[in-house]
Amino acid sequence: MSTTYEYVPEKPLIKGNHTFSSITALISDVVERPTPKWWYMAFGVANMLLLLLGAMIGWLIWEGTGVWGLNNPVGWGWAIVNFVWWVGIGHAGTLISAILFLFRQDWRTAINRFAEAMTIFAVMCAGIFPAIHVGRIWVIYWVFPVPNQMAMWPNFNSPLLWDVFAVSTYFTVSLLFWYVGLVPDFATLRDRVKGKIAKVVYGAASLGWRGGNRQWQNYEKAYMILAGLATPLVLSVHTIVSFDFAVSVIPGWHTTIFPPYFVAGAVFSGFAMVLTLMIIARKIYGMKDIMTDDHIEKMNIIILVTGSMVGFAYIMEFFIAWYGAVEYEKFAFINRAFGQYAWAYWIMMICNVVSPQFFWSKKLRRSVGFTFFISIVVNIGMWFERFVITVSSLANDYLPSAWDYYSPTYVDILTYVGTFGLFFTMFLLFLRFMPMIAIAEIKAVMPAADPHSYHSHDGDSQKLETEHSQQTV
Amino acid sequence: MSTTQNKVFGILAEFEHPGALMDAAKKVNEAGYQKFDTYSPFPIHGMDEAMGLKESKLGWIVLVHAILGFTGALAMITFMSYADYPINISGKPFLNWPAFVPVTFELTILLSAFGAVFGMFFLNGLPKLHHPLFNSKKFEKVTDDSFFVCIEANDTLFAEDRVNELFKDAGALHIEKVYE
Repeated sequence: MSTTYEYVPEKPLIKGNHTFSSITALISDVVERPTPKWWYMAFGVANMLLLLLGAMIGWLIWEGTGVWGLNNPVGWGWAIVNFVWWVGIGHAGTLISAILFLFRQDWRTAINRFAEAMTIFAVMCAGIFPAIHVGRIWVIYWVFPVPNQMAMWPNFNSPLLWDVFAVSTYFTVSLLFWYVGLVPDFATLRDRVKGKIAKVVYGAASLGWRGGNRQWQNYEKAYMILAGLATPLVLSVHTIVSFDFAVSVIPGWHTTIFPPYFVAGAVFSGFAMVLTLMIIARKIYGMKDIMTDDHIEKMNIIILVTGSMVGFAYIMEFFIAWYGAVEYEKFAFINRAFGQYAWAYWIMMICNVVSPQFFWSKKLRRSVGFTFFISIVVNIGMWFERFVITVSSLANDYLPSAWDYYSPTYVDILTYVGTFGLFFTMFLLFLRFMPMIAIAEIKAVMPAADPHSYHSHDGDSQKLETEHSQQTV
Repeated sequence: MSTTQNKVFGILAEFEHPGALMDAAKKVNEAGYQKFDTYSPFPIHGMDEAMGLKESKLGWIVLVHAILGFTGALAMITFMSYADYPINISGKPFLNWPAFVPVTFELTILLSAFGAVFGMFFLNGLPKLHHPLFNSKKFEKVTDDSFFVCIEANDTLFAEDRVNELFKDAGALHIEKVYE
C-alpha cells in the first residue's frame, strides 16, 4: 500500500499551443494560399522527367526490349530491380496507416496521409515496369483472367500471375483506404475554400460528409476493418514479390528466407523514403509542430530495427548456403561478395547494414540533417540489394559457358530516372491540392479531443485535467 | 434564413467542446429522443454509448463480401485451370490447391475492402448532394472546431419549446431552427 504510482503523461504529439481551428488553418491554408513559385519550378522539372519517361517507354514499345541491356542469361535487369524497389517503398505507407493504427500508435496520424500518398504513387511507378517488361504490351490483358483468342486462361501456378493480383489489389485497397481518410478532410476544405470551382470539386469529393456521430460510427468501423485488411495484405504483397524469385530454381533465389526478408527490406526502404520527403515538406510548409523531431526519432528506430533484420538476413543467407552444402548455392553467395558484382554487394552491405547502426545514438537519431542523409543512403542501398539479388544470380548460374556480364543501356537508366518524374509530379499535385496531414485524425489525438478532459469530478483525473488545460485554452 | 414557409428539419444547438457535447448527447438520449445526431470535426470516444447507438452493422457487410471473394476466387480458378481448359504445366496437378492460395487470398481481401468502403458509404447515406443542415451558416464550422446536436422534426417526441429548453439546460451556446 505504501507504493505510490505516479501518472506519467505521454509526450504531447503536437507541439506548440494549438487549438482545433489553428490545426485546421495550418493544414488547409496550404491548399488555399496561392501557389508558391518554387512549386511551379519543381513541377516543371518533374514534368520534364515525366516526359522523359514517356519517351523512353515509347521507344521501348516501338523498338522492342532489345533497347534494354538484357542479355541471354540476364533476362531480368533494371526493370525488375526498379519494380521491386518502388513496391518496397510503398510498403511503409501501409505499415504506417494500418499496422501502426492497429497497435494504437497515435503518432502515426501526423504522417499517415503523407505516407499513404507516397504508397500510391510508388506503386504506380512500380506497376509500369512489369507491364512494359512483357515486351508485347498490346497483349498485356493476357495476364488477366479474361477470355482471349486462344481460349486459354492465365496460369494460376505462376508467381508472376500471383503478382498481378497482389499488386493490383494492393493498389486498389491503398487507394480506397486513402480516400476514406480524405473524405472528412475534403469536407473541411469544402467548408473553407472561397472559389466556386474549388467548392464544387471539394464538395463532390467529400460526398456530402456531415460529421454526424452516426456517420463517424460506421466510418471508424470501416477504418478499423480496412486497417485489419491492409495489414495481412501488405505482408502478402512483398511475400508474393519475393516468390517471383524464391519459387524458381536459380541458386541464390531458391530460399525460404525471402518472404520475411523482403518485407523487412521493404519497410526499411519505405521508412527512409517517408523521412526524405517528410524532412523536406515539413520545412517548406512549416509543419514542425505536427511532424515533430519525436516522429523522426521514432521512425529512425524502425529503420534501425528493420535494417538490422535485413542485415541478419544477409548473414543468414550466407550461413544457410554453407550449411545446406549445395555446391551451386555456396558458389552463388561467394560470387556475390567476391565475383564480378562484388562492387554492388559491398555498396549494399555498407548502405543497409552499417549505415542504420548509427541510430543507436540518440543524438544522431534526433539530428534532422543526419537522418536526411541516412534516409537517402538507405534507399540507394536497397536499390543495390535488389540489383545484387536479381542480376548476380542470373549472370552466373549453373553453366559457366552461359555466363555473361550485364550492364544497363541509357534507356534503362533514363526510364528509371523518368519514374521519379511520375512520382514527383503526383506528389507535388498532392501537396498542392490535398490536405497533406489528416486533419480530422490529428484533432482526435489532441488532448482537448477527449471529452473526459473537461470533467473534474473525480480525483484521479485531476492531474490529467491540469495537463490538458494548457492545450485546451 | 428564408421568408417562405419551409418545413422545419430540426433544431440545431451548438456546444462549446467535446465534453459539453457528450453531456448534451446523454441528456437528449435520456429524454427519449430517437431521431437525433451529434456532429463533430472528429470522432469522439464514448459518444456511441452516450447517444445509445447500437453496434455498427458494417462488420456483417464485410463478412458477406469476404465469403463472396473467397468462394468466387476458388470457383474461378477451379473453373479455369481444371474444368474449362486444363493445361499440364511441368506435370503439376490440375487442382493445385497450394498454388491457388495467393490469388484466393488477394481476392478475399479485395472484395472485403470494397465491402468495407462502399458498405460504409451506403450505411452513411453517402454520396448526398444536399442536406438541410448545410442551410445553417454556423454548421460550416462543424468540420473545423464546432460541436452540434440536432434533434430532427420527424422524431415522435419533437416539440419546439421542449427541445429548446432541453438544449438550454444542457448549456448550448447557440440554438437555431433548420429548414428543409
